[in-house]
Amino acid sequence: MTTYREALREGIRDAMRRDDRVFLMGEDVGAYGGCFGVSLGLLEEFGPDRIRDTPLSESAFVGAGIGAAMAGMRPIVEIMTVNFSLLALDQILNNAATLRHMSGGQVGVPLVIRMTTGAGRQLAAQHSHSLEGWFAHIPGLRIVAPATLEDARGMLWTALLDPDPVLLFENGALYPMAGDLAADAGPVDIDHAAVRRPGTDMTLVTYGGSLGKCLDAAGQLAAEGVSAEVIDLRTLRPLDDTTFVESVRRTHRAVVVDEGWRTGSLSAEVSARITEQAFEDLDAPVERVCSAEVPMPYAKHLEDAALPQPAGIVAAARKVVNGGG
Amino acid sequence: MAEFRMPSLGADMDEGTVIEWLVQPGDTVHKGDPVAVVDTDKAAIEVETFAGGTIGKLLVPVGERVQVGTPLATIDSSTEVGSVPVPRAPAAGSAAVEAPTAPEPSAAPAAELPAPEPSAAPARGAGEAGRVKASPYARKLARALGIDLGTVPATGQRGLITSQDVRRFAETTPPANGRRDTSLSAPAAPKPAAPTVSAPPTTPGVPAPPIRRAARHVVQRSQRGTIARLMARAGREIPHYYLSTTVDLAAAVGWLTRTNRELPVTERLVPAALLLKATALAARRHPELNGYWTDDEFRPADQVHLGVAISLRGGGLVAPALHDADALPVRDLMAALRDLVERARSGRLRRAEMTDATITITNLGDQGVESVHGIVYPPQVALVGAGRVVERPWAVNGLLGVRPCQTLTLAADHRATDGFTGGRFLTTIDHLLQTPEEL
Repeated sequence: MTTYREALREGIRDAMRRDDRVFLMGEDVGAYGGCFGVSLGLLEEFGPDRIRDTPLSESAFVGAGIGAAMAGMRPIVEIMTVNFSLLALDQILNNAATLRHMSGGQVGVPLVIRMTTGAGRQLAAQHSHSLEGWFAHIPGLRIVAPATLEDARGMLWTALLDPDPVLLFENGALYPMAGDLAADAGPVDIDHAAVRRPGTDMTLVTYGGSLGKCLDAAGQLAAEGVSAEVIDLRTLRPLDDTTFVESVRRTHRAVVVDEGWRTGSLSAEVSARITEQAFEDLDAPVERVCSAEVPMPYAKHLEDAALPQPAGIVAAARKVVNGGG
Repeated sequence: MAEFRMPSLGADMDEGTVIEWLVQPGDTVHKGDPVAVVDTDKAAIEVETFAGGTIGKLLVPVGERVQVGTPLATIDSSTEVGSVPVPRAPAAGSAAVEAPTAPEPSAAPAAELPAPEPSAAPARGAGEAGRVKASPYARKLARALGIDLGTVPATGQRGLITSQDVRRFAETTPPANGRRDTSLSAPAAPKPAAPTVSAPPTTPGVPAPPIRRAARHVVQRSQRGTIARLMARAGREIPHYYLSTTVDLAAAVGWLTRTNRELPVTERLVPAALLLKATALAARRHPELNGYWTDDEFRPADQVHLGVAISLRGGGLVAPALHDADALPVRDLMAALRDLVERARSGRLRRAEMTDATITITNLGDQGVESVHGIVYPPQVALVGAGRVVERPWAVNGLLGVRPCQTLTLAADHRATDGFTGGRFLTTIDHLLQTPEEL
């Protein structure tokens, strides 16, 4: 059995071995093994030159990562949670994402930033938000979100091969997820969404931490005789709209599940593209299941209530299929 | 050969039922002659022909509900009678046969209305007005199956017709005009079922009145639905603002009493006539409130056609127009109002009256309420509401007296005007009512 956390670590280890320009830096990634234990043991294996602890200054170490990437290195920068990434937003948006454009194509930033996103671990409002949709708004970035062990293992190397910055969002609730990972699991495609469960009656579009909930919901729906197709977006920018639009053209109904806040969310973008590209094939308005628009609560029952859950996904699916509520 | 088609008798009409033919094959008709009585869910209306000639064949039996634009009868415009070619039943693509119609009867001023002319705009894509609510996929499917969505019962969210509703309908209803593409049908073979309410009567000798009564019954059920659709649209699309003012009617009532003393009973005026005239004049002076909101912009109307909300016996409401109300002397206006109410209640309104109103007034004073805050009738942009005339203590020039007062309200489309304009409009009505002899 392999956990998501171990699969990520294996991805980093693999990248470090493949290319000695690759190094990892971030808060507590060294001796402590990373705040979520992803880099545990890597300091011993690769030494302090390649596994570098940084001060508590996101803007400084993300900026340093950008500089290193411009100078020819292949840095992996870890930001503890997406909430803290906002301290480095200036670096990410104004430098990493724009330098290729502003230098007339002369300077690229082949940088990978990993960060934790999402709720479900009782870490309250400063550690639990899902802001990947904000980053997916920014041209010049690629945003990926591994939802499976294979993707956790394989997306990093593919991301490092990208000559432009890639942000990798790991949903914190997934770290302990365990399963079988093939011994030869390796780099994966980050250009296409994946159909995680085929179906004919409706399409569930999701990514990251909500994939498991959608698969649960699809199981329940199957018991009710509703065949739900589950699409894992995998890459949030650029969106692979072909996959989900084609699915909706077949099923005629869609529910988008997004752990972000509903207003101005990634789910809004997905919904809009479905309407733009498959309007004539829609048999019901696209439904969205998102987080409640509140700062994420600490108390477990409140946190559960604020997040998309299988029951809510099933209810939304019934609504698009039967018109009932 | 001209075709007499189902006209669009209102922004929200996309289907109608012929409830009476006023002509028979072989009859000679002239432009403007009433040819049929059509029920629109709101009222029975006599429809005139635009083309003169000899009636060829009646294509649609009494009682059948058809789409706007469907040919109802053929009219042979050439002089010779007898060599009338046999017209074929209407098919979807046959709209290419253009009726050589004059665009408007010469009496009515042309080009003042965005409302579609029947022969020019055969239903499809005729704008967003009065739409059947169906999912895009259901529309696509219905198109492929040749199903009229207006007849499909809806089960989806907020009354939406879904693809399942269309499939279910396709399975249980025999195809109309035999043009259903069965390859797209659901697996089950369509089986003949009981005829629907709108099925044409099969007995040739059925006299007209019972049919008309039966049609009326269907109409009354669907009329609520039509009003519901229209008002829901108004509520959804029109950002309303409301103003109200209380008008001292002492001058108006005094003038009315004096005038009525000299008039025969049948010609006596009611206070509403003064109010209509004042409203029409005010609409003329404030054109921003007289016209239509279409395609995201306000289009002022050249004339003031004052819509008058008339409640019908047996429930329901119509708001036909008093044409050029601002130009009619009060006594003529009174006569026109009397005529309009009578015809509305007997189901004999004319097409133009149903489509032409540029601003509407609703008077609930008879019902005893003191004020009414109405809903604008799209695509118009303003509605004036009038309450009961009540005696109130009223201060004039620092002295308190008892005066007949009436509360007037304005409900208006905020997209077209602001409260400032609306306020001036109400004030104008008030001022006009203070000098009734000049109206």
